[in-house]
Amino acid sequence: MLLTSSSFKRNVRRKLEDPSLQRNMKRFGGRFVEARAAVMTEVDNLEEIRVAAAAIRDRSLANLDSYLMEFEAQAQARGTQVHWAETAQDVNRILIEIARSNGVRKIVKSKSMVSEESGLNDAVAAAGMQAIETDLGEYILQLAEEPPSHIIAPAIHKSVEEVAQLFSEKHHTPRQTDIPALCREAREQLRPHFLSADMGISGGNFLIAETGSVVIVTNEGNGRMVTTLPRIHVAITGIEKVLPTLNDFSTVVRLLTRSATGQSITNYVSMLTGPRREGDQDGPEQSHIILVDSGRSRLLGTELQQALRCIRCGACMNHCPVYQNIGGHAYGWVYPGPIGAVLTPSYVGLENALDLPQASTLCGACQVVCPVKIPLPELMRVLREKSFQQGLRPWHERWSIFLWRTAASHPRLYAGLTRLAVRLLRRLGGKDRLLHRLPGLDGWTEGRDMPAPSGQTFRELYRKRQS
Amino acid sequence: MSARDNILARVRSGLGLPGNVPGAERDKARAYIAEQPRGPRPTYGWSDGVARFCERSEKLGSSVDRVGSLAEVPQAVARYLQSKTLPTSAVIWPVLNALPWAAAGLAVQARSAQDSDLVGITGAFCAVAETGTLMLLSGKDTPATVSLLPETHIALVDVTRIVPGMEEAWALMKAEQGAPPRAVNFVSGPSRTADIEQTIVIGAHGPYRVHVVCYG
Repeated sequence: MLLTSSSFKRNVRRKLEDPSLQRNMKRFGGRFVEARAAVMTEVDNLEEIRVAAAAIRDRSLANLDSYLMEFEAQAQARGTQVHWAETAQDVNRILIEIARSNGVRKIVKSKSMVSEESGLNDAVAAAGMQAIETDLGEYILQLAEEPPSHIIAPAIHKSVEEVAQLFSEKHHTPRQTDIPALCREAREQLRPHFLSADMGISGGNFLIAETGSVVIVTNEGNGRMVTTLPRIHVAITGIEKVLPTLNDFSTVVRLLTRSATGQSITNYVSMLTGPRREGDQDGPEQSHIILVDSGRSRLLGTELQQALRCIRCGACMNHCPVYQNIGGHAYGWVYPGPIGAVLTPSYVGLENALDLPQASTLCGACQVVCPVKIPLPELMRVLREKSFQQGLRPWHERWSIFLWRTAASHPRLYAGLTRLAVRLLRRLGGKDRLLHRLPGLDGWTEGRDMPAPSGQTFRELYRKRQS
Repeated sequence: MSARDNILARVRSGLGLPGNVPGAERDKARAYIAEQPRGPRPTYGWSDGVARFCERSEKLGSSVDRVGSLAEVPQAVARYLQSKTLPTSAVIWPVLNALPWAAAGLAVQARSAQDSDLVGITGAFCAVAETGTLMLLSGKDTPATVSLLPETHIALVDVTRIVPGMEEAWALMKAEQGAPPRAVNFVSGPSRTADIEQTIVIGAHGPYRVHVVCYG
């Protein structure tokens, strides 16, 4: 996927000024929050299960190589071909090699965020094959030639009117704005593709080391189609997605679906283990899995390792006041919201996504809802620190911090300067005691006023109260 | 070095583990897998698994019927199809072929499903009370497409095979079948999507209706 995270500020401005995006985010953005809150009342010992889920993920990561080797051995024993991709480009290369050597022309895909990392659809098209997205949201976006803006509701930024217009133009059908009718239209368009495709590509919510299986957690049924009907199935997923046992999966999935869509369980939880067996009348003849590193192993052993616990529920973005206002596209890559603010700089390089860890008030909502207790605000702070240490912040920011540090480490100087500053600001506040502009901080005052200080510093007030 | 070896080496060095290949840690990982610990579950109270399964199934948008024995199932299926004015021909799991379908006025074909099949009838390996979920295992006499391609999916559930949670379902699978089959599908109601305006629509790519007939 095209990386535009380096122009985050420009992206944000554009999104804030986009009336249809603003309307859509306000109309639909809160529904996940309500649904999650309602379904969590079913879990009276939520904290106990969260602690257990985080421990399961930590156990997988702490011995990741052992569990990956165990997974590989079990998967191979059941006839799955296991491929390893060091980079996003390797994912595309491996996939195209599998497709070419099997004479594949048409590919149906269920949702895979990892395949967005490598821009797989474009690579497949360049290789002369057709890849069709079949998740309804991804299908809408493929028609609109847009990237996803949410990891589980990729078209959350689109209204029914926009979808209606798109379907009518691309399908050459009469425009209809009834949502069930639009879903039926997509079903009818896509069914023939499921039946005629040579290859199905899916993601993988989890890999099970115990059995060598891939698990996908879905609602629409397209995930089942792409893993059942075409003669070749390829699952693409990150190396961090491994879980030791089926029991561990049972614990984690209780939180995944509730945190994601507010469902006690999704319609389908499908565990796939190898190709069709002797005597089977359906199922693929070949089963492949591509295990993707692409920056993940770099996080191991650092404070950021905790981000690899992520089970991709999307709760952090649903609850993020920044995401709620700017949507997913502004973040400029595959993973938006707080988890994106941590993963994007880690995967594509901090220098290419410098503003993402800053795009948070550190209010902590993301950490509160995270089912595997990732301390997202803390990790954003770690990245902020790193970007300063590496000299990546702009010169005026570094200078301001240098000056502040110098003042703050000299108490008398600090007291004198703050005394001067609050008096000056009080005068600038004028009669209404509001600062409409702050020189050098135009961005802050552009959309709001700053209350002027009372004219005395905290120390002065404190001393007065003491005496 | 291969991509695999490079990745595994990076993982090991990142984790600060000594050497190139896991020794004692892999044994530890295997021991954990063999131990099969179970995690905590919600403690909300229910004791009657059958009642819980039926209640949760309906909440998921499935309809539920209950008959006394497997022999009565074809009549119950016929009643359901007639009440919904649905076709009385269906594709069924070969493992169910011996039931008296014709006597109930149903024309069934025992095979994997095709696009033109409108009704699919399956059994269930077991069912999960906690969430109202069917567990279907693929196999030569239980093809996966029968519960997927038709617009109506009818599932027959033996009430003695309703287990409390997913953990018990896995344990039952391992006890009876050993390794997992090609596909294990946990099915919880008709397919759905909320990808347009977060509005839930029943019937996406899979079945529009799921009807559960509990017997026994």
